[in-house]
Amino acid sequence: MDFLRDPFGFVIQWYVGWLSGLGLPAFGVELISKLTGALVLATGAMLFVVFLIWYERKLIGRIQDRFGPNRVGPWGIFQPVADMLKIFTKEYITPIGADKVTYNLAPILAVAAVLLLWSVLPLSVTVVGTDLNVGLLFLIAVGGLGEMSYILAGWGSNNKYALLGAFRLVAQLISYEVPLVLSALVPVMLAGTLSVTGIVQAQENVWFIVAAPAAALIFFIASIAEIGRSPFDLIEAESELVAGYNIEYSGLKFGMFFVAEFLHAFTVSMIFATVFLGGWRGPGAEQIPVLGFVYLMVKTFVVYFVTILFRGTLPRFRIDQMMNLNWKVLTPLSLGLIMAMSIVGGLTRQLPAFWQVTAYLIINLLLLGATDQLMHFAQNRKTKLNLATQPGKGVLTTSSKHGSGE
Amino acid sequence: MLGNWLYIGIFALVALMMPAITILIAGILSPKKPDPIKNSTYECGVETVGPNWTQIKIQYYVFALVFLIFDVEAVLLFPWAVAYQFLPLYAIIEGVLFLLILVIGFFYAWRKGALEWF
Repeated sequence: MDFLRDPFGFVIQWYVGWLSGLGLPAFGVELISKLTGALVLATGAMLFVVFLIWYERKLIGRIQDRFGPNRVGPWGIFQPVADMLKIFTKEYITPIGADKVTYNLAPILAVAAVLLLWSVLPLSVTVVGTDLNVGLLFLIAVGGLGEMSYILAGWGSNNKYALLGAFRLVAQLISYEVPLVLSALVPVMLAGTLSVTGIVQAQENVWFIVAAPAAALIFFIASIAEIGRSPFDLIEAESELVAGYNIEYSGLKFGMFFVAEFLHAFTVSMIFATVFLGGWRGPGAEQIPVLGFVYLMVKTFVVYFVTILFRGTLPRFRIDQMMNLNWKVLTPLSLGLIMAMSIVGGLTRQLPAFWQVTAYLIINLLLLGATDQLMHFAQNRKTKLNLATQPGKGVLTTSSKHGSGE
Repeated sequence: MLGNWLYIGIFALVALMMPAITILIAGILSPKKPDPIKNSTYECGVETVGPNWTQIKIQYYVFALVFLIFDVEAVLLFPWAVAYQFLPLYAIIEGVLFLLILVIGFFYAWRKGALEWF
């Protein structure tokens, strides 16, 4: 019965008990159990990528009115396995003049940075890598470590396209880190802790996406930009940069960048589900921990589905549009959001929790509406300026006004 | 607390070893037939002209500077956000004032054209 309610926790307890029964010192038991936990979690995450690649290719195929992979195994589910076997036997081509250390370190660091994110994510009540008291900051910092690997790849390849791609990527990633960090402040404010487990615990009554939809929206857009997915995929823009930072990579080194990208996309969805959608919270999750794991997976896959939908349906931004969206919309909005929410929270502190959440919700929606109005205003003014300066192209500008959505 | 960081350290080692070992195994399995044409820098079939580590325009550095300001600011704000639930109103106002100063700086950078991509 205990096993059925919480299989993961049961196995962990049994394993630790078995280890200490061997007569090892307490420190050795801790060390070995932690090493095993890390190995199992990291291996599981790496193998999970195989499924993710299949899922994404199938979905993208459906969006583009294709079948997607459907030859190898039922519904083509073994297609990524076949691809992996193939890529294992491919030659490594190291370009002449490449900086060997950075060139070889980059794919390793890319995967390691993403895997390390899994060490603090709570998968259910009992299964959590470790409950770090600075968990959210750790997630953001390690997420930023991935940028390092891309600049290493771009710099080490000794290729102009790769270098251009890497510079673009770093410009994009550090820019979107600003709204990401600022919007992550809001759940921290609401929960009163940086620990990821604490943030999940604090969402007992209401998910933070209800209390702060604006922060959730900013966090979501910024995380899509952080993983470099379409519509923010101009870092590997095939049509202009050939492939960006990974142009000179071949074989499994190239594959590792893709493992990192897919896993990062899923991990970012999981972070969003944890921070804003209540993580493993759901009816009965406290009593039956394995249910919490199921809830978390369902929420994560919903978020992941939305990111794939974005990727499948939106065209790529131009670099100045992308920078403008970040610096002129998301950053001022997140700054205003923190100020407004802290003042509203301070003023409504005496009220019952329900009214406080309502006040938060209202101020969030007000700010979102105001941003929308301002963007329309700016767009209209730009169109008018274009009309005034280029009289010949007036017709074209007015008609393109409707097409250029904000 | 130390146990937590021990786990992070072990996990970091495992996370680094895992792709490294996979790449190593693939390196043993894969063929090795290098030749100068294959190993030359890929530039759409044309020979590379000049150094590959080229100069990059100044705009990237301006954005990096603005980013630096906001990142440091965010790190300063995290303790404030953690303690937020217990802060009296004047401490909240102080935090908002701190943010307002940054907002003024931000709009100054905006007016100066530091946020234009051209």
